[in-house]
Amino acid sequence: MRRIFGWMPAIAAMVQGPWGGKNDGPDGDGQKGGGDGGPRNPWTQPGKPSGGQKGPSAIEELLRRGRESFGQGGGGQGGGFGGLPPRASGKALWPIAIGILVVLWLVLTSFHRVGPQERGVVTLLGKYSRTLSPGISLTLPAPFEAVSTVDVEEIRTIDVGSVSAESENLVLTGDQNIIDLAYSVRWNIRNPELYLFQLSDPDATVREVAESAMRSVLASVSLDDALGAGRSSIEQQVEQRMQEILDGYKSGIRIQGVAIKQADPPTAVNDAFKAVSAAQQTAQTYLNEARAAAQQVTAKAQGEAAAFDKVYEQYRLAPEVTRRRMYYETMEGVLSNVDKTIVEGSNVTPYLPLPELKRRAQQAAPAEAATANSTGGQ
Amino acid sequence: MMTLLRHPVALALIALLALIILGSTIAIVPETKQGVIVRFGDPKEIINRYQANENFGHTGAGIIWRWPFIDQIVWIDKRVLSVEMERQQVLSTDQLRLQVDAFARYRIVDPLRMYIAAGNEDRVSDALRPILGSALRNELGKRPFAALLSPERGQVMQNIETGLNRVARQYGAEIVDVRIKRADLPDGTPLESAFTRMRTAREQEALTIRAQGAKQAQIIRAEADANAARIYAESYGKDPQFYDFYRAMQSYRYTFAPDRTGQTNIILSPDNEFLRQFQGRR
Repeated sequence: MRRIFGWMPAIAAMVQGPWGGKNDGPDGDGQKGGGDGGPRNPWTQPGKPSGGQKGPSAIEELLRRGRESFGQGGGGQGGGFGGLPPRASGKALWPIAIGILVVLWLVLTSFHRVGPQERGVVTLLGKYSRTLSPGISLTLPAPFEAVSTVDVEEIRTIDVGSVSAESENLVLTGDQNIIDLAYSVRWNIRNPELYLFQLSDPDATVREVAESAMRSVLASVSLDDALGAGRSSIEQQVEQRMQEILDGYKSGIRIQGVAIKQADPPTAVNDAFKAVSAAQQTAQTYLNEARAAAQQVTAKAQGEAAAFDKVYEQYRLAPEVTRRRMYYETMEGVLSNVDKTIVEGSNVTPYLPLPELKRRAQQAAPAEAATANSTGGQ
Repeated sequence: MMTLLRHPVALALIALLALIILGSTIAIVPETKQGVIVRFGDPKEIINRYQANENFGHTGAGIIWRWPFIDQIVWIDKRVLSVEMERQQVLSTDQLRLQVDAFARYRIVDPLRMYIAAGNEDRVSDALRPILGSALRNELGKRPFAALLSPERGQVMQNIETGLNRVARQYGAEIVDVRIKRADLPDGTPLESAFTRMRTAREQEALTIRAQGAKQAQIIRAEADANAARIYAESYGKDPQFYDFYRAMQSYRYTFAPDRTGQTNIILSPDNEFLRQFQGRR
């Protein structure tokens, strides 16, 4: 011991320059208020008379007194405390300053506030010691015990792919088709110790596992399932698979849910998919038209049959008379509207008024001229 | 002692020296690290080595003593590490190409071997990366394209993992998991042809749907016609003769209706049934 102390003063002398002595204070202060001339002091107003009876500014005074107290203490490591005013007794202040520092250090590093959604993982000199529940907790001070707080309630979300059109996340399905997929994974921390100590990069791991699980599940389903009906089952399978993998890593992570936000055909083939739904619409249109026509046909048949039935009912009651009546009524209706020629005798050649017919034909549409020729009778 | 108190600078220096010596005598081993104590280049001891099924708080973590300036500690990560493979193009047996991204997770279980063989974790990753790539290419290249997508992938992964583990063990590492992250068709022709196939499949589907619709529509119409025929037959079949007459009457009215286009001239013979009463005979 003696030998060490023996050369101590020499060292002290060596370092005297920067630490103590007349012409300096702590480094920073030396720049600010090192001189004793008033005008050079940046803290005093240059316009006002500063030097005079007032002497140095308040800060400078403070520094000076600090330096004096320093001198009494004989310099020391607490260079930063030069600014403290001396005690009334004029004794050294720095032991008290150190004491305050120690208390501050104890208070600041021993009390830990753990929020309601957090857990605090305490390590004692690197070794896991305990997990703090929410509330204020006391630990050993800083270098001995360290606390890392982990938010265990917060649901973190990872988005893979995007719903916007410009970027596509193409995924192969089991039937070798391709879909554009966007999904999100929600997860939180189940076990803060495992989360902190097991994986080197938990967040990236969750993302990679999500991609892997999603793709392997999609590789076992068909395009149609992925596009529509199978979505919720895919989500469940992915969730399950991710949980299995992450449990295999002992990651302390819980998958809360997987949500497929978008599963669409890629834009390159989107038109063809639209054509399919258009075809479905068209087919539906065909069916609707056919059903309408069928209704019409059936209703017409029913109507006509019913009409016939009604008439037939009456006809059965008086067949001969009804039949005659209907005949005459019809003939009346028919013959009252047409030009009639009655030719007496069976051996008379009927005279057809051909010019007359021609004139009429010209009146009518040319295409229908032929019908004007019709002769007949029963 | 008094001299010392009069020279706080000396005191501070002593404290500093003590701190340095203390700092180099003790070492704090965190839970996430394992270490190899190396004395003059000679690895002496392994601290906080990974054990399966260990519980945190009962591992080798904590404070340890060592010889100052003599013992060096090489820190090695104890956690699960990741090695990511560069994109690989895999050619399946049916000559289809697949672009594959894979990753492996590993953990260093033998820090000493790892220190001797590689030095640090990065070099282990560097060593594993190409091997993962080639193992993947070899294993996937033995299979037809469809099998790469199917659930059989699980077995493929198992084989790759086994192969990779053999190499990893030389570096004191253990493969935890190997997974294909992405498996895509390469850009360009393969992707385009897949799109074309999808497009044509859809077009075919669209045509089928339309044709099926037309067919259904036709059937519906035919059924209605048949139904109507049945209704007519049921009704008219009761008296075909009367039906003939009844229908003829309807037909005349329709045919000679005044709003029909074309004029009608009728030349009647007195023998006509309608004119029977013209001649007043009985």
